Amino acid sequence: MTETKDPARIEPTVGFDDVPGTTLFDAQRSRQGYHVNMFCMSLMKAANREEFKKDEAAYLKKWPMTEEQRDAILERNWGRMIELGGNIYFLSKLFSTDGLSFQFVAATMTGLTQEQYAEMMLKGGRPIEGNRSKSEWQKRG
Amino acid sequence: MAKIVASVNVSHVPAIGAAWDNKKTDTPYWEPVFKGFDFSKKWIADLKPDVILLAYNDHASAFSLEIIPTFALGCAAEFQPADEGWGPRPVPVVKGHPVLAAHIAQSVILDEFDLTLVNKMDVDHGLTVPLTLMFGQPQEWPCKIIPLHCNVIQYPPPTGNRCYNLGKALKKAVESFPEDLRVVVFGTGGMSHQLQGARAGLINKEWDTRFLDNLVKDPEANTRIPFIEYVREAGSEGIELVMWMISRGALDRDVKEVYRFYHVPSSNTALGHLILENKR
Repeated sequence: MTETKDPARIEPTVGFDDVPGTTLFDAQRSRQGYHVNMFCMSLMKAANREEFKKDEAAYLKKWPMTEEQRDAILERNWGRMIELGGNIYFLSKLFSTDGLSFQFVAATMTGLTQEQYAEMMLKGGRPIEGNRSKSEWQKRG
Repeated sequence: MAKIVASVNVSHVPAIGAAWDNKKTDTPYWEPVFKGFDFSKKWIADLKPDVILLAYNDHASAFSLEIIPTFALGCAAEFQPADEGWGPRPVPVVKGHPVLAAHIAQSVILDEFDLTLVNKMDVDHGLTVPLTLMFGQPQEWPCKIIPLHCNVIQYPPPTGNRCYNLGKALKKAVESFPEDLRVVVFGTGGMSHQLQGARAGLINKEWDTRFLDNLVKDPEANTRIPFIEYVREAGSEGIELVMWMISRGALDRDVKEVYRFYHVPSSNTALGHLILENKR
């Protein structure tokens, strides 16, 4: 498995980058995602939600984001938004505007349908065994 | 003198607030969750605390990325329920205790904990869901509530050890307040859960159970849990459990376990609940 280069990871803290399927929202990534998250924050006002829904691309131009970040938002690629510095609690303002739940968004990030994901949770959730480190995921292939 | 008599530790899953507000508490999914608090509701009604000092984290409601305080103490007379993007929860306004809060600020800062003091702050599900679970839906909350926000959103959050020591400083502060007040400290959030990425849905009951056992009998063992272990074992959002170390630090070393409840799932989360009392 080849790792993609991550611009927000200049000085990884020991162990930080070994947790699989997890993006750690630290000060570096918070800087990277500042405008993504502040855009999400703006959706806490009803008038802004309306304006955003009317013309999403135009509304997004108010925040100096990268092209990649803007595309991820327009495509509602939640996993990509997180990789590019979005934080789940800020993104919740966006998916609430869309009428979606935490569980729906969590499910899409894991590649499961919401039904499959809900079923996994009812059975006790994703087990820790095999999900502690990247090397375990690599072994699994 | 004021006295800390107990701690209440409880998860603050937003879906629990939504289930309550939308009257879904007796559905097969939610019924066992709310039933797990029958004892607690009676216990706190009998105890009649005067003040709750409530450690929780704001979830991008009062604090955006403009200012990120590690610990922020609510010193206002009132705190409004926040509009988190779907309208404020229909719960009573939170009444603070500005005089005790100012006393805590004075004492804790001179004890070398650099609190941020907040005089205007809306409070989100992190604070109101635990109140709903413990009190249901009264016209007014039955006591004063001092909010203590702890950053766990942007890493690194304060360590469990730091939180435990803050708890000790809070105990010293409260117990030097001249008025006779019965104070209960809440630690909220957790237990294991991860809301983001390909590992979302993680639950680690074994780790959660050990954390609870140690919280009761050997809190020092929990102070040695490094930040990365919380993330790896309890999930990227399970890190909220450091706030249970604040409430534990505010109690005596030896405590009585009064009640424990653990349930999976509550939306994406392992719901944990633990009531501890000082023995004196």
